[in-house]
Amino acid sequence: MPRTPLEPRFSVEYLSILDSDGNLDSALEPDLSATELKRLYRAMLLGRRLDERMVRLQRQGRIGTFAPIKGQEASQLGSVCTLRESDWMVPSFRETAAMLWRGWPIEKLLMTFAGQLEGCQPAPEQHDLPITIPVGTQLPHAVGLAYAAQYRGDDVVVMAYFGDGATSEGDFHEALNFAGVWHVPVVFVCQNNQWAISVPLKKQTHSRTIAQKALAYGLPGLQVDGNDVLAVYAATKEAVDRAREGNGPTLIECVTYRLGVHTTADDPTKYRSEEEVREWERKDPLTRFVEYLRKKNLLEDGLEQEVDAEIAAAVKRFEAMAPPDVLTMFDHAYAEKPPELLAQREEVASRLRSPDESTAAPEPPPSPPMRGQRKTSRWQN
Amino acid sequence: MAKLNMVKALNLALLQEMERDQDVVVIGEDVGVDGGVFRVTEDLHRKFGGKRVIDSPLAESAIIGTSVGMALYGLKPVCEIQFSGFAFQCFHQIENHAARYRMRTQGRFHCQMVVRMPYGGGVRALEHHSESEEQFYAHIPGLKMVIPSGPRNARGLLVAALRDPDPVIFFEHKALYHAAKEDVPDEIEALPLGHADVVREGRDLTIIAYGAMVRVAREAADTLASEDGAECDVIDLLTVSPLDRETVVASVQKTGRALIVHEAPKSFGPGAEIAASIVEGAFLSLEAPIRRVTAYDVPFVGFARERASVPDVGRVLAAARETLAY
Repeated sequence: MPRTPLEPRFSVEYLSILDSDGNLDSALEPDLSATELKRLYRAMLLGRRLDERMVRLQRQGRIGTFAPIKGQEASQLGSVCTLRESDWMVPSFRETAAMLWRGWPIEKLLMTFAGQLEGCQPAPEQHDLPITIPVGTQLPHAVGLAYAAQYRGDDVVVMAYFGDGATSEGDFHEALNFAGVWHVPVVFVCQNNQWAISVPLKKQTHSRTIAQKALAYGLPGLQVDGNDVLAVYAATKEAVDRAREGNGPTLIECVTYRLGVHTTADDPTKYRSEEEVREWERKDPLTRFVEYLRKKNLLEDGLEQEVDAEIAAAVKRFEAMAPPDVLTMFDHAYAEKPPELLAQREEVASRLRSPDESTAAPEPPPSPPMRGQRKTSRWQN
Repeated sequence: MAKLNMVKALNLALLQEMERDQDVVVIGEDVGVDGGVFRVTEDLHRKFGGKRVIDSPLAESAIIGTSVGMALYGLKPVCEIQFSGFAFQCFHQIENHAARYRMRTQGRFHCQMVVRMPYGGGVRALEHHSESEEQFYAHIPGLKMVIPSGPRNARGLLVAALRDPDPVIFFEHKALYHAAKEDVPDEIEALPLGHADVVREGRDLTIIAYGAMVRVAREAADTLASEDGAECDVIDLLTVSPLDRETVVASVQKTGRALIVHEAPKSFGPGAEIAASIVEGAFLSLEAPIRRVTAYDVPFVGFARERASVPDVGRVLAAARETLAY
């Protein structure tokens, strides 16, 4: 599968190395060691297994709304693994696998989706931003980080994640435009998973590819089989190296698929067909990578159990945590609390000190009957 | 000590802080070679170069958004939004991110940045070039909202804003840019944020104002003294948020009467918060209802009608006399 031009008028390439039938273009096969390949697979498996576990935890009411990544493991890990620890990673809200690779503990991810701010606190030396929920708004941050790194003369590359829906946002345009003008070391990784909640790609953009949008900003753009971890790796490695050498930003479109729900509050059967999902399940990024590793004799026995045990231990630690101290909600609004905030904190503190009060929100009083409401109203039963 | 107008005083603050701190960078539309449409960043590009004084593409959201990224990295960006009326195109970056990063990351990251915006009417400008919209920022937890009223406090407040670890929205009234010159000390001077200034003292009425309305309040107070024999406390808030409730409440406890003047529309404006704070802190001292003299609750009226909407000395005097007579 050589790189082939998609449009004669554009120079946008599509890259696939290991296809869904397990065919390998060995001329393009990246030079990854056995250790690196095994580590990548373990991370993909951990991403998949944790994802499935988190959906169950949400269904059981043990965490809140969660955005699963199932199907996007190759897009995330093939790209994030090209970063150094000193580089920066800027996620959206569907990058659990990439975040695990960057060292976010499972407990913190669970805390994030359990509504605890502590989950979004990166470790002291960690060069990652926390998840960003308003779509696409993290992209200018990535450009600013890269500008600052360049200003300081630091050897840093910034990788920013977003989805196909984000490319419709103004911030996508502004970020790529600024990145091009400033020639900063950013790699924009679009996980085109075909669906922005219920809106399919064809309603999101009339553009033939997302990758070609790069051309308008004077950046290289590349479309890659996002379910092919080798292709994603090769594409992003090239982009990261280019950025590190001072040759500017790149847009990479990983063509993938959201096999699961948008979030645990979503029901995709309303807007997409079973056949479509089955078709993409056939292109599952893990399946083909497992076959690839099997041929190389790199599959390890007991890996699934090991990964599951790691997840189970983390869930156990997460659930053993003391509930968050409500008073700390006042600690990080400002560096120094203004007088009004001190007064509000004291109000909560004194309520907590009072033996009659608990930290739980009081039960709302029963609603009074509406004025003029008749006892025989059809609204009552 | 030099006699400077507000533009030159702000320029001096930027110049001296940039000399002192390599992490301070300036970014905005036309802030570089052109020196800003109001010349506040004049000569900075020549002195510090295009890497530190960045002529950005024309995009408010990315000006703030990239500045958030720079601040997360440790730089201290000073963003200029050319007119406050255009800031709604970056409002989400201010509200969703600049104001929240400290909280979101529980102190791991924060955004030390200043967003400068010219605001206010009286300069015969078109729509989006004359509005007063400080209430939106004053309402956002995590932000500070500062509005100077003259050259010397503009310089001192901008220096303090640049050194403040939290994001500061810094409004500069266009009509004040060239309105007056004041002695501004050569050595760096910082005015603490969150502290109001009592610019005139009296026992009969408290007039609370900020920005260009301070001059209006003072003129009204002068007239009340000479024509009515009434003496006013005039409070220049300087920082709208966090509000210096202590100074306001102490004054009203003394005078028993309060009048608030601002250029923003009345309903849900800063005056409502100030009035509520007075009621909370000085209820038993009040001798009269708290009055507000503000712009009316209509969108931009056009500069041909502006004088009828923006508070002037006559409206302040009338309201003050009613309050005093109550």
